[in-house]
Amino acid sequence: MWRQVQAIITKDLRTEWRSKHALGSVFLYVVASIFVAYSGFYQIVDLPTWNTLFWIIVLFAAFNASARSFTSETSGRRLYLYTLARPEAVVLGKMIYNAILLLVMVLTSFAVYAGMIGTGPLENTDPYSLLLALTLGAIGLAFILTLIAALAAQTDNNLGLMAILGLPVILPMLLILIRFSKNAIDGIAWSVNYTYALQFSVIMILSAALSYILFPYLWRE
Amino acid sequence: MAKQWWKFLSAFLILFSLILGFHTPLAPGIMGVSPDVLTYGATSVTIQGYNTKFTESGNTLQVWLVNSGIIYCPYELTVVDDTHVRASFSLSDEVGDSFFDLFINSESDGTIVMTSAFIQSGMVVGLSPVHPEPCLQALAPAETGSFNFPNQPILYESIRNLLFHVPSWFAMIFLMFVSLIYSIRYLSGNSIAHDIAAANAAHVGLVFAIAGLVTGSLWARFTWGAWWVSDPRLNGAAIGVLIYLAYFVLRSSVGDDEKSARLGAVYNIFAFVMMLLFVMVLPRLTDSLHPGVGGNPAFNKYDLDDNLRVVFYPAVIGWIGMGLWLLEVRNRIARIELNRILR
Repeated sequence: MWRQVQAIITKDLRTEWRSKHALGSVFLYVVASIFVAYSGFYQIVDLPTWNTLFWIIVLFAAFNASARSFTSETSGRRLYLYTLARPEAVVLGKMIYNAILLLVMVLTSFAVYAGMIGTGPLENTDPYSLLLALTLGAIGLAFILTLIAALAAQTDNNLGLMAILGLPVILPMLLILIRFSKNAIDGIAWSVNYTYALQFSVIMILSAALSYILFPYLWRE
Repeated sequence: MAKQWWKFLSAFLILFSLILGFHTPLAPGIMGVSPDVLTYGATSVTIQGYNTKFTESGNTLQVWLVNSGIIYCPYELTVVDDTHVRASFSLSDEVGDSFFDLFINSESDGTIVMTSAFIQSGMVVGLSPVHPEPCLQALAPAETGSFNFPNQPILYESIRNLLFHVPSWFAMIFLMFVSLIYSIRYLSGNSIAHDIAAANAAHVGLVFAIAGLVTGSLWARFTWGAWWVSDPRLNGAAIGVLIYLAYFVLRSSVGDDEKSARLGAVYNIFAFVMMLLFVMVLPRLTDSLHPGVGGNPAFNKYDLDDNLRVVFYPAVIGWIGMGLWLLEVRNRIARIELNRILR
């Protein structure tokens, strides 16, 4: 099964590399949002605002990026995939692919964001904690959004339903993430901050396990 | 009819909890003191009791202050009426602590306490406080046998809300669990009746969730001073409600019945686990204003005394039974409608 997962990830990455469709549109989205923020604020010195705005931009970009993960394939191609691979392998492959995509997206948008909105609040940053927050955030959002995208892909109103189904679940995760990364940027000790990482990891692992169990039921049509 | 006993039981238990919950008086307590500042020398204060019977106690009434283990008695004590008593204290110039705890003991009310009732002013707070002469005689035994709810500071009469707020959430979690079971059964059996039952259970559960939010909001206004405060458990509850609202949106937005049942069941399982995580697990890991987290006591002996327990547990069972009854009625309506469509 692991080979099936690998095959799906490589297939998705390769098609992505050839068309650059998802990457391009997501980066356009992120850069446009950051530019709008830049023209509104110029520089943000206040850390809570700086931090929250970044995660809000990331949140909607993540929705945009992962909404595509199941609808980008036609139903015929999906059927073909189904005959080749186990559904568990499909969902794992999609989850990992989304995680890679969002990781790249979060890291680059952090760089762009910091470059345009200002690095003023980043003075006392604990870099490892911040990197962990960004990584965990990307992976966690990818895991939870994969299942939501699979659900929404089966309906007619893909993007709208994704927001309705996804936002209530994402909201607590985002609150934890915002606190976690704010503490990391503030340079608060890891011994205080690790509870947020722990909470986030619990949600992340639970959502991955649920996706793994529930996806086979979504798949059959 | 023999199988319906639990409906009568739950109706009876709810009636029991309503009558006892509203009819039981609050235990005697101290509402407030004025002025709440004690100065060096003589100070006269008025103590306001709640549900107390000062006039009945007559001469057995005893009032004293405790400050870092030292007892101070009033040199003059006048009972104004059942809920008011005037006491005059004469205090030395050096005390061990800034705050005085107030104690009142009488035959009819037992011993009632108000911690940190008074703050000192113009005295020296030091390590060698002046000890007054010992003044406390044998205390009157507390009267036993009267059934009342504990008189807690901040909560006061609103402690009765415990009998409505907490059972609402218990019933909500229980019904969502029933909904989860039906969803799992739907995924393993593909029977449309299970899907309808799952949706109905989530519906009834949502009603209890809203009841829990409303009672909680009222309680928060009274005790914490705002209709809504930013607290992990409140946020978790609101998000739990939103997740289940999304479940209904998902069900209604898919036209195909079989598909909407399948997608709904998958989301419902997902929703239950996440709701449990947000309502039960995460608030326990962070500080919360709610009991049981962040060092606040939960259902221990200080918080939930035996008298409250006698009403609380029947209320929990009664409301869960009422939820199941509602679910059964909804399921019956759904079955009739399904039959009518099929015919």
